[in-house]
Amino acid sequence: MDLKTFKIGGVHPPENKLSAGLPIEAAELPKRAFIHLGQHLGAPAKPVVQKGDKVKVGTLIGTGEGFISASVHSSVSGTVFGIDDVVDASGYKRKAVIIDVAGDEWEPAIDRSPELKKEIALDQKAIVEKIKESGIVGLGGATFPAHVKYMVPEGKKVDTLLINAVECEPYLTSDHRVMLERADEVLVGTQILMKALGVGKAIVGIEANKPDAIELLSRKAKEYTGIAVQALKVQYPQGAEKQLIKACLNREVPSGKLPLDVGCVVNNVGTALAVYEAVQKNKPLFERVVTMTGRKLPKKANFLVRVGTPISQLITACGGIPEGTAKFINGGPMMGKAMVSPETPVTKGTSGVILVDESEAKRNAPGDCIRCAKCVSACPMGLEPYLIEKQAEYALWEEAEKEDAADCMECGCCQFTCPAARPLLDNVRLAKANVMRIRRERSKK
Amino acid sequence: MVDVILYPVIMLGAVAGISAILLFLTAKKFHVEEDPRIDTVAALLPGANCGGCGYPGCRGLAEAIVKAADKGDIGGLSCPPGGSAAMKAIGDALGMAVAESEPMVAVLRCNGTHEKAPRTLKYDGAPKCVIAHTVFVGEKGCPNGCLGIGDCVTVCAFGAMYMDDKTGLPVIDPAKCVACGACAKACPRRIIEMRPKGRKDRRVWVDCVNTEKGAAAMKYCKAACIGCGKCVKECPEKVQAITLANNLAYIDPKKCIACGKCIVVCPTKAIHATFEPPQPKPAAEAPKTAEAPKATPAA
Repeated sequence: MDLKTFKIGGVHPPENKLSAGLPIEAAELPKRAFIHLGQHLGAPAKPVVQKGDKVKVGTLIGTGEGFISASVHSSVSGTVFGIDDVVDASGYKRKAVIIDVAGDEWEPAIDRSPELKKEIALDQKAIVEKIKESGIVGLGGATFPAHVKYMVPEGKKVDTLLINAVECEPYLTSDHRVMLERADEVLVGTQILMKALGVGKAIVGIEANKPDAIELLSRKAKEYTGIAVQALKVQYPQGAEKQLIKACLNREVPSGKLPLDVGCVVNNVGTALAVYEAVQKNKPLFERVVTMTGRKLPKKANFLVRVGTPISQLITACGGIPEGTAKFINGGPMMGKAMVSPETPVTKGTSGVILVDESEAKRNAPGDCIRCAKCVSACPMGLEPYLIEKQAEYALWEEAEKEDAADCMECGCCQFTCPAARPLLDNVRLAKANVMRIRRERSKK
Repeated sequence: MVDVILYPVIMLGAVAGISAILLFLTAKKFHVEEDPRIDTVAALLPGANCGGCGYPGCRGLAEAIVKAADKGDIGGLSCPPGGSAAMKAIGDALGMAVAESEPMVAVLRCNGTHEKAPRTLKYDGAPKCVIAHTVFVGEKGCPNGCLGIGDCVTVCAFGAMYMDDKTGLPVIDPAKCVACGACAKACPRRIIEMRPKGRKDRRVWVDCVNTEKGAAAMKYCKAACIGCGKCVKECPEKVQAITLANNLAYIDPKKCIACGKCIVVCPTKAIHATFEPPQPKPAAEAPKTAEAPKATPAA
């Protein structure tokens, strides 16, 4: 098999895809759902319901305002208990709609029949509008509002759609299961996105550690025009947007530019499924597949979870918190963040939850940098993390800008590979935030 | 034998002579006339190069002062460590009037000690408050409270701060603090405030910056300001120094007369003072054994 990959940097952490063989099962409905109004990148949605309102599954509860924002829909049916501050994964409080669940009554407009609907009735504009209405965000983890990517500005030309089915993060298997169980829907979703962009070519990029998904999608893709499946080398971060473009199309996105500037748009495979459901079945985004995993977790699972379900409920369904658990990680082990409490709710961006025990979570005490440059060769963006770390230490933000600290995508390869266990990414992230800040201040002047 | 020594000496001497003349001429041609007052002013500054004034080092401030003096007013410039004494000396040297400025001191506005706000989480990331602040809420769960890593202590150039392991909070030594403001800038949660030293070193401040509702704040910190407003009512009518906004009381140092009445009524003991507050009047429900509010030691 011809395996493509990106050219510089990257690491290969142990894959640990413990839940790859487990079919998606629907998680139990929560008794009370906590639906955050800011589940996406950009401005939080504005609530449109009040305390005491009756809502059904799929009712709009928050409208996205501003260019980069997304709508939020109810994932359950019941009564709005209130709109209050609810702790998110970082421990900070954010506005959320709290709904007391009663029954499971769906909005009548949603088509719940399982038949595959291949004909795309809507036109280009209507598709983008539908994606926006349905509150679809990138389900790979960054939760970028999906419709924004399809509003191609004047003068930019797009020729290829890339579907990101790499799932290069260790442990996570939600995208893998979606491909195996919902392959046709994913491919129709891809066709819808191709129509929305007006392109005739789409590539589905899958890492080679999922041979069953590659085989299935390659076989099914023959029925659809213009969709090709590309097997990719198992290398982290193969699923990063710019790395995927380099691997599949051998195009390089210049510093500070978007995939649009090299003629492509990248979306996650889960997003393609959500788009299919929104456009063909009129179903807004209110549920997603969440991988529950961890070496010592009694039962691993891939749950189809309603947004707003407390994560603690999913852990209970998996047999409870095993002894010696030190961290709950929201997302993959490389880019995910440790949660402050398992009581926080599932959001649109929760791709998985990993329960890590003490021995795995232990962070070694940082030693001195020995200038081995492992971080430099590991960085897929070609940066010099050791140098940016030092600049962050001395608050040399202008120098960090010259070193392209803002290009960092926070994949964590540098920190993963550092033999002295230095907190490289933490400091590079700090430098990146400050470079962004001085750029903003400069543009205001 | 002689010429072996003589010729090199003559040659090197000639090269040295020509170079000296060239250097002399260059120095003459490119001479920069520097205001002698800059040196005078710089000598009067403390020379700590702390940057508290906002200029790059003491010489930078000296240049700015001389420049401002030419325009006729040096009022807007000040040296936080030198205080009004240094500015007065500079004013005398330049023959300008300097308005008396109030001496300031840094004040920590968090009392989430290990005892009052137990650590429920553990942070093992890079030991910097600015990083911890962006990653999570903090080990004690307070979104506004001290993170206890000590970015402020690191930046203090005067050795006026240290981390107290018993409380998990930084301690400011008012005797050493020169009010350069570096700690206040370094704190990502803006817990450190620069306040006037006050008459006879008497100052009162609210020891909390939490803006959450009382019940929510009390869940993780027993020393939080709950915004009950008792202090606002207790403040003498003519003074009215305390305002309440976002569930948080704030004492205006310009209006406060440091009577200490508010300290006694605060139910969470969230108001601190540098002096012993007045004892509450013995009443039936408040016997003499009532614990007197803790005052911060002067040093």
